[in-house]
Amino acid sequence: MALFLQLTLTGLTNGMLYALIALGIVLIFKSSDVINFAQGEFLLIGAYAMFWAVGQVGLPWPVGILITLAVAVLAGVLVERLVLRPLIGEPIISVIMVTIGLSSLIRAIISLFFGTASQPFPNFIPRTPVAFGPAVVPADRLWALGLAVALLALFILFFRRTNEGIAMRAVADDQQAALSMGISIQRVFAIAWAIAAVVAAIAGVLVANIVGVSGDVSRIGLRVFPVVILGGLDSIPGAIVGGVIIGLLETYSGGYLKPGLEQVVPFVALILILMVKPYGLFGQTRIERV
Amino acid sequence: MLAAGLNGSHLREGELQLQVQNVNLSFGGVNALLDVSLHAYQGQILAIIGPNGAGKTSLLNCISGLYHPQAGSILFHNGATADLTKLPPHAIARLGIARSFQNIELFRRMTVLDNLMLGCHVHMKTGVLENLVYWGRSQREEVEFRRHVEDIIDLLEIEAIRRKPVGALAYGLQKRVELGRALALRPALLLLDEPMAGMNAEEKEDMARFILDVNEEHGVSIVLIEHDMGVVMDISDRVVVLDFGAKIAEGAPAEVRADPAVISAYLGQER
Repeated sequence: MALFLQLTLTGLTNGMLYALIALGIVLIFKSSDVINFAQGEFLLIGAYAMFWAVGQVGLPWPVGILITLAVAVLAGVLVERLVLRPLIGEPIISVIMVTIGLSSLIRAIISLFFGTASQPFPNFIPRTPVAFGPAVVPADRLWALGLAVALLALFILFFRRTNEGIAMRAVADDQQAALSMGISIQRVFAIAWAIAAVVAAIAGVLVANIVGVSGDVSRIGLRVFPVVILGGLDSIPGAIVGGVIIGLLETYSGGYLKPGLEQVVPFVALILILMVKPYGLFGQTRIERV
Repeated sequence: MLAAGLNGSHLREGELQLQVQNVNLSFGGVNALLDVSLHAYQGQILAIIGPNGAGKTSLLNCISGLYHPQAGSILFHNGATADLTKLPPHAIARLGIARSFQNIELFRRMTVLDNLMLGCHVHMKTGVLENLVYWGRSQREEVEFRRHVEDIIDLLEIEAIRRKPVGALAYGLQKRVELGRALALRPALLLLDEPMAGMNAEEKEDMARFILDVNEEHGVSIVLIEHDMGVVMDISDRVVVLDFGAKIAEGAPAEVRADPAVISAYLGQER
């Protein structure tokens, strides 16, 4: 029972972090049909911005968070403006390849400034163990869980309630109609990229607080792909459900079957989903008439 | 804030509203529009007719900014004057030009009500934080636009379907919802691309009645493309005829109907 509780809590934390990162991928795909393979590198940007501001410059952590968010918004908007916008109208596969190139570029620029060695993160979230009956979870994981849940709730409200959120849904649904309603599609794309970068940066800070800051932080970006495929590339609830399922699947398979298996199982699941339900649990089935 | 009524124009009845001047549009070697000029006046219904491929939709797309013509200008007067050929589509919508599409372009996954509320989007002023809290100004704004949208729902007689997702509605009703969404923008000028295409006689009659209501009771100027000559002759104040991208006739419906150039464009020439 203790093991089950332990694995469930760890799996939930990982899962909600996956969901947070997946939200960015889903947003960009929904609004512009582009799959962003550089999402993991946006985590790096967040982790290193925080590391620089708090760990190297020595600013207090609330200021560090503000700087991190500002850097993330800037990075998202710049990527959209400088890299994606000139590619409007190009074949979608070229755009996807460009995001892969972008991921190498961001990684290289960061190692240019900070080196490749793993460094201790200025742990501003306490890591004291918290007991849940027989299970023990470090406090930073609980913080990550709580923050991820709060942020996802905030974004769901954002899409339901705010003019910007509704404009984004409109663009995802029908671009021509959105244009004729006075919605600027360029602005919506910029907002989508900025949000994607911000959620990734926050996830990056949370992950770095748990595992330390190094290039490895971006690996989690790759692990999010089974999540978005399972949930459906264009579904925000799908990202949350998919995140929790994949997170739990990892810890259960690693904890009950064989340690190390958690590295493989999500990708086995990815292949199975693609074979059985290629649009995912909540994805919209696209029937293209040619 | 939103003033009452459906008409967003500041002009008086009969004043010059839209000036299309020597517009040329080509795609590669195909000339879609050749030196087209026309005028539209506040409070009138202007019909654009012509055989298939004459350039009617291209002209409408130039006005709403989806296409940018290579030459010519399109001046829109509403207090200030703007050249529409230099503006992106969303900016043109903000000037008060709303449109419907030949192939329905609704937000299919949203309800009728949400589609209409989206039509008010350009008028909404509240920010992200206010909307998240949904208190005070944000709430007042929502209530105000909801009232505006309810007026449109009453006008178009779509009360029963307000909460249905648009994708599930019959074709004729979708066309009506699209008209409603364009009206929600509170347009100074309404562009309708074949509002009655593919409808049966009864649906056409309803649609013609709605268009006349919007024009006569609310004073909204309309430019429409339509193939049904009976409807065009009945409801329009003036008619412009295009053929192979060029304007071949313009005038009152009766004049245009009798014009030899128009007859030969539609029926071919006797040799």
